[in-house]
Amino acid sequence: MPASAATLLSAVPRESRLDNGLKVIVHPVHTAPLVSLWCWYRVGSRDERPGQTGVSHWVEHMNFKGTTNIPRDQMKGIVERFGGMWNGYTWIDQTAYVETAGRDALDQMLFIEAERMGNGLYDQQDCESERTVIISELQGGENDPEQLLDTEVTATAFRAHTYGHPTIGWIEDLRSMSRDDLHAHYRRFYVPANSTVVIVGDVEPDDALRCVEREFGNVASSPAPERTTVIEPPQIGERRVVLERPGTIAYLKAAWHAPAVTEADFFPMLLLDAVLTGAKGVNLWSSFRGTTPQRKARLYTALVERGHASSVSGALLPTAQPFLYAISLTAMKGTSLQTLEGALFDAIDDLRANGVTDVETARARRQLRARLVFENDSVTNIAHQIGYFETVAGPGLFPELLSRIEAVTPEQVSGVARRRLDKAARTIGWYQPLEIGA
Amino acid sequence: MIVQPTSMAPAVTLNASLLAGGVYESRELSGLAYLTGRLMDRGTERRSAEMIAEQLDDLGVALRVTTTRHLLGVSCTCLAEDLDDVLSIVVDVIRRPTFSEEEIAKRRAEAITTVRQDEDNPALRAADTLAELLYGPHHPYGWPAKGTVESLERIQRQDIVGFHAERVRPGVLSLAMVGDLQPDRVVDRIARELEDWAAPPPDAIELPAVSLATPRRTRLIEMPGKSQSDIAYGFIAVRRLDPRYYAYWMMNNILGQYGLGGRLGENIRERQGMAYYAFSSFDASFAEGPLVVRAGVNPENVTRALEAIDHEARRMGEEGPTPTEVEATREYLVGSIPRMFETNSSIAVFLQMIEQFGLGLDYAQQLPGHLRAVTFDEVRAAARDVLRPDRAAVAIAGPSMASRGS
Repeated sequence: MPASAATLLSAVPRESRLDNGLKVIVHPVHTAPLVSLWCWYRVGSRDERPGQTGVSHWVEHMNFKGTTNIPRDQMKGIVERFGGMWNGYTWIDQTAYVETAGRDALDQMLFIEAERMGNGLYDQQDCESERTVIISELQGGENDPEQLLDTEVTATAFRAHTYGHPTIGWIEDLRSMSRDDLHAHYRRFYVPANSTVVIVGDVEPDDALRCVEREFGNVASSPAPERTTVIEPPQIGERRVVLERPGTIAYLKAAWHAPAVTEADFFPMLLLDAVLTGAKGVNLWSSFRGTTPQRKARLYTALVERGHASSVSGALLPTAQPFLYAISLTAMKGTSLQTLEGALFDAIDDLRANGVTDVETARARRQLRARLVFENDSVTNIAHQIGYFETVAGPGLFPELLSRIEAVTPEQVSGVARRRLDKAARTIGWYQPLEIGA
Repeated sequence: MIVQPTSMAPAVTLNASLLAGGVYESRELSGLAYLTGRLMDRGTERRSAEMIAEQLDDLGVALRVTTTRHLLGVSCTCLAEDLDDVLSIVVDVIRRPTFSEEEIAKRRAEAITTVRQDEDNPALRAADTLAELLYGPHHPYGWPAKGTVESLERIQRQDIVGFHAERVRPGVLSLAMVGDLQPDRVVDRIARELEDWAAPPPDAIELPAVSLATPRRTRLIEMPGKSQSDIAYGFIAVRRLDPRYYAYWMMNNILGQYGLGGRLGENIRERQGMAYYAFSSFDASFAEGPLVVRAGVNPENVTRALEAIDHEARRMGEEGPTPTEVEATREYLVGSIPRMFETNSSIAVFLQMIEQFGLGLDYAQQLPGHLRAVTFDEVRAAARDVLRPDRAAVAIAGPSMASRGS
């Protein structure tokens, strides 16, 4: 199968590398006079050591606070003049910055990204005001019981690996880190050889590459930073965390150790998730977008249709090292967490004992194929998908997405369920609401 | 019916929307439109709930039924090759839902669980409380959109069947299909699905008048155990078809959107480092919609944040924007128009908005002219008319609120 058919794109994206090590991927799409630019860095919360959790995300925030050639108060006006949008995000493996605007804005977008890579200001006072903004972001997240539970379950599931701490960081680290900690992290990871620029939209590849060369060509080269790799020891016993806090509704989360995106088990596990909870987008952003087709999914019929839960969702995201496969449930008012947990594990045990059917596997494949097509709905999302796989999985996997999904057999799905959804390797979280005033 | 071919991907987005949202229910039965929506795809005269689930899941399609104040929407995205099958299901769930007692019991229980979840969400509590403070008990914009536990428990099958029969009619249906399709074929196909559907248009309703000259009022909602307080602060602004709409749009962009939350974001987030989010939004609709300022802050900073919001509202109201701000915002809004057409679903939403408000099919071409025609004085007048801190409604939800507020 040619790469373009396998990725459902109209052509194979064009790849190139500058002398300073920066990788550039350009994919022309001429359906609208728009262009989307994503600048990716191989740095995320897994690259943080104890005492400095949250530094990658804070650095991302600081990278909107002005550069040598762009004063802080002008950083946000450059793309706006072209009616554009901009944003950034940090997760466990990666940090990414995006601008999408009319095609005439490409030079300005590249200028901002080149400045961001080489010339961040890291003014002391801006670091301080951003410290409290990020603490506010963290506390806003704590207002959501499901997010609190997610943080606790993830931290409980990992003993050694840095995937265990939240990307936003632990509050004490956010209170104690200094401007120099931020700046050192920035200088170490924000180098051309650790970055990929992805351009998708109404451009000609040769022109776009020339523009990239012009803006980024002078950014000094230095070797890509070493990333520490911790291997999580096998989990040999069930772990449990119970939160009892004010609230109105009970939540349950169960997590197992998942394969990295480059492991053979990843695609069978992706189909297993589709069989259990319905297929969603195959990257961090797209997994949040849209609604999941799941009315025939195993856990929907066993838990939602039977009235134990009002919602169920599953999450298996492509990650560079083994992360988690997590199932999240909202308990129906009046259903105890014990009952809900029993019903969940009955359904999982049944699948592990009896395997999945051919019909279920075929449905999962078709759902995932449809999602890959739906993800190509905008220049912004195509560029994100390409950059995500390049950064997290490395070169070569993105063009194989569809063929890898189509090659999975029912036996592989059943096998991965038996091996990986083991009782001894699971972590269970309960959010038990305490009735206010009770 | 609006059909628009695009060539981005072999997929089609289908958006059906009907004037059958929350404003058409009574206060005693608030949540009726929401519950009706949740039930429409759970069994029809031609397909059981099980059949619908199986057909859609096999095609990788997730149907979304949503309700807003005015609209009930059924939308989904499918592969181009599946369009005929999916269209037929969408029309079926709109026209012929059966509302079985068994499904009503299940979806009612889910809806009540969702309402209870929302009661634990400070941002939603602040927003709902603000709507109530702004619009009062007699205007449907002031009622909780999903209803209350009590109102949902009160709804009977006959209420749901009656609401559907009275409100879900061909005269108020707008169907937009955007994507990899052949317009003539699709138009024929829709005509066949709908040709035998006849019912007179539903009765129009009149929304009560809103009162603008209200004194300042503040309500605190105490939510123990929460880490952050959410503030919702607002005024009633103008209707979508008001000639001042574009001036209000630009003024709101300067106050709380441009860059990272406009002047509000610059003050509260950038300068004072108090909040991760601080912005304003402006939602003009069939009736006078609200202009709402939102911010999430540490409970210790509530008073300081309110002072900052009052300061920016008063400053903008009394002094107006600067000419530079007006031009930068105009340039931004005009330049952002092509992004409204980035995805099939954003195109569908835009086309339906045009239809609902009767703006004309060439509206995308007219829009830059409308924005360019707004004068500096009109933006200034919009700010002066609406941004009056002494008339603001303020809702704050968060932990231990004793001794706070204004």
